[in-house]
Amino acid sequence: MDKLQKLIEENVAWLIVLTVLTLSVAMMVEILPLMFSKSTTQPIAGVKPYPALQLAGRDIYIREGCYNCHSQMIRPFRAETERYGHYSVAGESVYDHPFLWGSKRTGPDLARVGGRYSDEWHRAHLIRPQDVVPESVMPSFRWLAANPVDSAVMPAKMAALRKVGVPYTDADIAAAVKDTEGKTEMDALIAYLQGLGLALKNKR
Amino acid sequence: MTDFYSGFWGVYIAVIVIASLIWLAYLLKSQTVLKLKKGETAEVLHHKWDEDLQEFNNPLPAWWVGLFILTIVFAVGYLIFYPGLVVFGNVWNWTSTGQYQKEVAKADDKYGPLYNKFINLPIPEVAKSAEARDMGKRLFGTYCIQCHGVDARGAKGFPNLTDADWLYGGEPAKIEKTIAAGRHGAMPAFGAAFGEEKIKDVANFVIKLSGRPHNELRAARGEATFKQVCAACHTPAGTGNQDVGAPNLTDKIWLYGGSEATIIETVTNGRNNVMPAWKEFLGDGKVHVLAGYVYSLSHSETK
Repeated sequence: MDKLQKLIEENVAWLIVLTVLTLSVAMMVEILPLMFSKSTTQPIAGVKPYPALQLAGRDIYIREGCYNCHSQMIRPFRAETERYGHYSVAGESVYDHPFLWGSKRTGPDLARVGGRYSDEWHRAHLIRPQDVVPESVMPSFRWLAANPVDSAVMPAKMAALRKVGVPYTDADIAAAVKDTEGKTEMDALIAYLQGLGLALKNKR
Repeated sequence: MTDFYSGFWGVYIAVIVIASLIWLAYLLKSQTVLKLKKGETAEVLHHKWDEDLQEFNNPLPAWWVGLFILTIVFAVGYLIFYPGLVVFGNVWNWTSTGQYQKEVAKADDKYGPLYNKFINLPIPEVAKSAEARDMGKRLFGTYCIQCHGVDARGAKGFPNLTDADWLYGGEPAKIEKTIAAGRHGAMPAFGAAFGEEKIKDVANFVIKLSGRPHNELRAARGEATFKQVCAACHTPAGTGNQDVGAPNLTDKIWLYGGSEATIIETVTNGRNNVMPAWKEFLGDGKVHVLAGYVYSLSHSETK
């Protein structure tokens, strides 16, 4: 033991190696095995890769920082499922790179917002949230209605996602430009929101 | 969570966890050999920092060692009662879903009867119960205010529930059906079919229907189009049809606005409006109580 202590105290390389080893034990036990588990790596029934327009919307969701105030993770507590619906499961997020679970809820959780409101509601709400919810502190995102979706980059985005395991077909990628052309960023964001959490909708 | 691709991972986890515990126990033991007798001073360790800074080789404080032993004991207990070691399972058969389901079952036992005692009561009677109205108001506050507002007076595109005007009918059964099954109101777009002039004519006729100042010439031209096309849903008299949710155009109540510009916008682009269905999510008991609350909003005699 004395020798070991001397080694670690006097040789910084050994200190680093042993520190990393110690810290990685939890990771090796708690994270690594989940990469080889069915429920965390396989989609549940009904979960499909995002269509091009929804994918564009997802990137707008990230760009505008929606995750700063909205989580997408319903925890398995009754207080949450009564309000939002069935708790989130890992198999719903397998095509999310990165996932947007979040942990901050200034606004409500959005994991199952799909189909909860009409497209028109979302439009009105994004343009001026206080028009539909006067008590809301959410800022306006009205410029999204004026910005066209950058459809030219969609095939490249989808090809990149395919490399990390999202099963887009060549046909999906070929149609990406056509599917997003002429749409506004608001159309894309609404399409994304309306597709969220549908796999376990209407359950709690 | 025991759906690993292979059994290897269970063993892998167990080996690392148990080895870590044994290593920690050994480490603690090896560091608590040293004991000082009363009055004895600890030896000074060999190395020096900053010329004269040195360490005593004191034994570890007893309270700290105690806490360390406690965490090891806790870890062993945790691994026995909770699912930490995949290969071994756990004595309590605990799962997070199981805990959740227990929580829900307990709440259903407690709150279910509160809703179910109203389920056989006609909705106007439910509306008369102060208790049901209070419960309905809370449900409304969670699920409905986002569109219909805290005061239930709606917003542009979202109906006011406190007046006597109903798109799909205000009879108790209709209200309940709207909440349970949802509604989808679709007004087709006539921009391409009619063209700008014709739409302006129709808009003026629609304004005439509600008895407001309009361009007489345009209204006369628009009347023909209205009777030919719009009357299919809105009826020739313009009083609407609650079976398809076509609004009455002869009153002063407008879902999207009754100005000429807004009517032109509605006819040109159409409207698409959705009330979501709540039966699956809330269940019959809550939908019934909610229907009672909504009914009470426009029936002051129930309060």
